[in-house]
Amino acid sequence: MSEMTKQRPKHLALHEIRLPLAGFASILHRVSGAGLFLMLPLLIWLLQLSLGSTQDSATMFAAVTGNWLVKLILLGLLWAFLHHFCMGIRILLIDIHVGVEKQQAHNSAMTVMVVSLALTAILGLKLLGAY
Amino acid sequence: MQRLVVGAGYGLKDWLAQRITGVVMAVFTLIMFAAALGGAMASREAWQAFMANGFIRFLSFLFIVSLCYHAWVGVRDIWMDYLNSAALRLFLHVMTLLALVGYAGWAIQIIWRL
Repeated sequence: MSEMTKQRPKHLALHEIRLPLAGFASILHRVSGAGLFLMLPLLIWLLQLSLGSTQDSATMFAAVTGNWLVKLILLGLLWAFLHHFCMGIRILLIDIHVGVEKQQAHNSAMTVMVVSLALTAILGLKLLGAY
Repeated sequence: MQRLVVGAGYGLKDWLAQRITGVVMAVFTLIMFAAALGGAMASREAWQAFMANGFIRFLSFLFIVSLCYHAWVGVRDIWMDYLNSAALRLFLHVMTLLALVGYAGWAIQIIWRL
């Protein structure tokens, strides 16, 4: 191989990477996406129970969503969804050249973190039946 | 010549698909949020009546298909970034694809029989 030829494929050395905030928010985009993917069976099952016509499905839905461990997982998935959603909008904006500058990108990453955590708190309290 | 298995041959198409499916899901999310504020999730009966609506079912179908395509591109990128073994990557790509196709069928079946 000539020196000009790049070595492919490239693989990332995670332990050597020190991330700025925008990078941290970005890796959370990936982590949240992976979490949502892994929990898809639970979410589809809950959809099935919520739309089931029998009394059994209604009883099961209440029992499953009443479990504290399930509530904790759903709270985590709520954050994952909201973070992924907000980061997605940020990515679409950067695609159309909005907020590309370093400081702007830092600020928008901070906004994503704050907004997704705030929405998780607001909607999470609803999920847990606080209001 | 020594060839590396990297699975190239996509790029712009997947990049674009990731954006389009993302926008479809974002719009659906906002519709569902508005519906929730309007009381569509106030009771089990209200939720089931809402989801049985033909137009909502059409949108739900688009959401499920978008989600599975979006997840395929995203999860495949994760395997490609972190796994060195081509054999392991291929195995997990296939597992991911099979899981997502199965999930899509399962979820569509749930909304379509309403």
